[in-house]
Amino acid sequence: MKLESKVPTGSLPDKWTEYKKHQKLVNPANKRKYSVIVVGTGLAGSSAAATLAELGYEVRAFCFQDSPRRAHSIAAQGGINAAKNYQNDGDSVWRLFYDTIKGGDFRAREANVHRLAEVSVSIIDQCAAQGVPFAREYGGLLDNRSFGGAQVSRTFYCRGQTGQQLLLGAYQALSRQISYGAVKMFSRTEMLDLVVIDGKARGIVTRNLETGKVESHSADAVVLATGGYSNAFYLSTNAVGCNVTATYRAHKRGALFANPCYTQIHPTCIPVSGDHQSKLTLMSESLRNDGRVWVPKNPADIGKHPTQVPDAERDYFLERLYPSYGNLAPRDVSSRGAKRVCDEGRGVGAGGRGVYLDFAEAIKRKTKPKVEALYGNLFDMYQRITGENGYDQPMRIYPALHYTMGGLWVDYELMSNVEGLFVVGEANFSDHGANRLGASALMQGLADGYFVLPYTLTRYFADVKTDRKPVDHPEFKRHEEEVLTGVKKLLSIKGKKTTTEFHREAGKLIWDNVGMSRTKQSCEQTVARMKELRAEFWENVNVPGSHDNLNQALERAGRVADFLEFGELLALDALTREESCGGHFREEYQYPDGEAKRDDEHFIHAAAWEYQGGDKTPLRHQEPMNYETVKPSVRSYK
Amino acid sequence: MKFTIKVWRQKNRTDAGRMAEYAVDGITPDMSFLEMMDQLNEQLIKAGEEPVAFDHDCREGICGSCNMMINGQAHGPERGATTCQVHMRSFRDGDRLVVEPWRAAAFPVIRDLVVDRSAFDRVIQSGGFVGVNTGGTPDGNAVPIPKVDQDRAMDAAQCIGCGACVAACPNASAMLFLSAKVGHLGALPQGQPERKARVKTMVAAHDREGFGHCTNIGECEAACPKEISTEFIMQLNRDYITSALSAVVRG
Ligand SMILES: Cc1cc2nc3c(=O)[nH]c(=O)nc-3n(C[C@H](O)[C@H](O)[C@H](O)COP(=O)(O)OP(=O)(O)OC[C@H]3O[C@@H](n4cnc5c(N)ncnc54)[C@H](O)[C@@H]3O)c2cc1C
Ligand code: FES
Repeated sequence: MKLESKVPTGSLPDKWTEYKKHQKLVNPANKRKYSVIVVGTGLAGSSAAATLAELGYEVRAFCFQDSPRRAHSIAAQGGINAAKNYQNDGDSVWRLFYDTIKGGDFRAREANVHRLAEVSVSIIDQCAAQGVPFAREYGGLLDNRSFGGAQVSRTFYCRGQTGQQLLLGAYQALSRQISYGAVKMFSRTEMLDLVVIDGKARGIVTRNLETGKVESHSADAVVLATGGYSNAFYLSTNAVGCNVTATYRAHKRGALFANPCYTQIHPTCIPVSGDHQSKLTLMSESLRNDGRVWVPKNPADIGKHPTQVPDAERDYFLERLYPSYGNLAPRDVSSRGAKRVCDEGRGVGAGGRGVYLDFAEAIKRKTKPKVEALYGNLFDMYQRITGENGYDQPMRIYPALHYTMGGLWVDYELMSNVEGLFVVGEANFSDHGANRLGASALMQGLADGYFVLPYTLTRYFADVKTDRKPVDHPEFKRHEEEVLTGVKKLLSIKGKKTTTEFHREAGKLIWDNVGMSRTKQSCEQTVARMKELRAEFWENVNVPGSHDNLNQALERAGRVADFLEFGELLALDALTREESCGGHFREEYQYPDGEAKRDDEHFIHAAAWEYQGGDKTPLRHQEPMNYETVKPSVRSYK
Repeated sequence: MKFTIKVWRQKNRTDAGRMAEYAVDGITPDMSFLEMMDQLNEQLIKAGEEPVAFDHDCREGICGSCNMMINGQAHGPERGATTCQVHMRSFRDGDRLVVEPWRAAAFPVIRDLVVDRSAFDRVIQSGGFVGVNTGGTPDGNAVPIPKVDQDRAMDAAQCIGCGACVAACPNASAMLFLSAKVGHLGALPQGQPERKARVKTMVAAHDREGFGHCTNIGECEAACPKEISTEFIMQLNRDYITSALSAVVRG
């Protein structure tokens, strides 16, 4: 299969401008004849649904929570990047573009990333106009903070609740369109299948989570904005409901899944405290500005109270291994460092999976009130969760799954290989390559929804006549039947293990074998074991209740069933990418000093997988990443 | 730790519902309240019963999904915390914990602890936004906003829409929720053009949804996980009167 990226010709900075200049439009009077389904109402979905409705298209939006305001985007804390150069510190569209491409370890599509940097500036204007209360200086102008992977200050924020405020802005814009009748909103509704007829996406099949009713929705285009798949690892910093169901089921209907092995692991999370744990909590990376990371040199000391371990007996391993970056080494490097010392049996806290983050020296140097002013809310959060006081004794941290760069393959217009199926936000693969920089996911979600999709979808509609299929079309009926059969099957097994037990086991398997570092052997083991787990699941899972009412155990079982298939794809992708890049670290491919070793000669491409049905191995296609403007270089942080 | 959990069970909207009692054991102090509920549910599934339904998602106090009355307190005993942020170390070993859904006419129970809060969405749809379309907006720095105004807007905008204010209020009023949105947008220059119309339509929507009137009891502020101040209700009242007066003058 040839993957057409549809990147416009011309010089990089002009591509998007030229695209918009020459694109075909839809007559305003005709717009209301076109209908769009938007699945997901996070930043990407809400902004897309609101904007498409403003343009005049008929929009239906779906989410599984009880309100569009609760999407996972709400949890983002840090901020959103934009190349405004308000700080006069030398930022520009080019610099944001370059930082993002480099941060992605030269595995993202140049033209997409440049467009992202271009529209970033409009996002801030749009949000400010909506009443998003961005932090401001005393003079009334917008404030910025610095974030990883950049030497300029370009991150806009709303206290520690940036995602919440941006999402509420988009939710309010969406609510306004709902009040006008321009968007019909379906909350507590889960998409369980994509309907493709004659090669085109024609609609979806959903289950009403309150009544259990399975029904079809037909439209001229379907947009998936359903977020990432971090929860394939069971424990992650993502909301508990995040899942791969929508994108994976679209994959089973023909959409290619690109780079599933690119996942991001965040070094500063609160460690797992026991088997009961249902999710992990992220603490801002800014803590590493003043905290020193260490473990005891001697495994015999791990049981001791940290203050009883003298300085000479401590191993400040990041300072030792990366003398120039020290505790501020990048996310992937720091995470692997922590894993290494824990593997050596020197990890602290429950299960030996934790390292200390020590503020004693910072408190001596800066005084406690200063440290409190800088990080007080994080110390409070830490205390609330662990019951320990981070001022009196070091905090314990450990890396956790945080974000997924892989997703459904899309072209420059954000359309998948299935005609009429568009994918936006974290659900697609396009802009972050093998690693994402902080504060750029919010930027991408809103760029896609407010400023890219409204143009590219219009271009698509300009070329096609509306020919919506009726929902009693035999194909819709067949898909509904299959969904219902699947749901009933889950309920009928009545085995001995709960869904959570399967999910926890599969998650641990992927985390241990295809997590912070991977080997050929660990990937192969995962593929094999995942098949077994899946077989066992369909024999031995116990899903209580019935399908015709609110049944959370059933919802969860469906999502876990998809994770069990998807986990294998993730491991397969990691197995076949025989290089290390960004968040994908294959132990066989590293420099003597432990840095990731890319293989640009063979792997400067996106791997896009095509489903083959049942237990057949999916087909691996490639889209070469053509670097016309930037020259890929070695990403070193020594 | 061991607990006795007395929890509301209701099959669907029309079922009468009842309290059921379960014993849980092996709870550790660092478990969150929802993880304790997870454990109870695993236990129920193994025993061939249906688990207790409850809303939750982020499990870090920001999405506003979780909503439990624990021993008569909205979101339990900790101040400034949502149910998902409460940990079992807040209780004594052997305690009996009574867990109920939000109770309000405007929040009908769907199942067990899950309630229908779509009334909140409709209140926002009635005017809780700035009426701008995408594109064509002025530069973010075109209108400087004094830091105090921005801070005030942010204090109000923190509302997570969980509904604890309604659950805690003897009148089941949603005034704190409503005033948080009116206060957020009213504190910013972008919110001014629609300020008077907004307060009128939103109050009307609030009443239409069946929320009660505010009689200044203040339980809402105490229950609010984001500690939003009832000062915003006072401002809402002032805005409402101004809006009504200006209608009379124009009238
Ligand atoms: C703790 C944390 C902090 C973060 N901080 C930052 C930050 O500071 N800056 C930054 O840039 N990024 C940050 N990120 C990343 C960023 O928040 C996410 O990548 C981004 O918000 C994803 O947005 P989205 O719109 O693509 O998807 P989501 O917000 O995940 O929304 C998904 C939507 O899809 C719906 N959905 C899913 N499946 C289905 C289905 N089958 N049927 C119906 N609906 C469905 C859900 O209901 C939801 O509405 C953070 C992430 C985490 C976990
Ligand atoms: S689950 Fe999100 S606030 Fe509690």
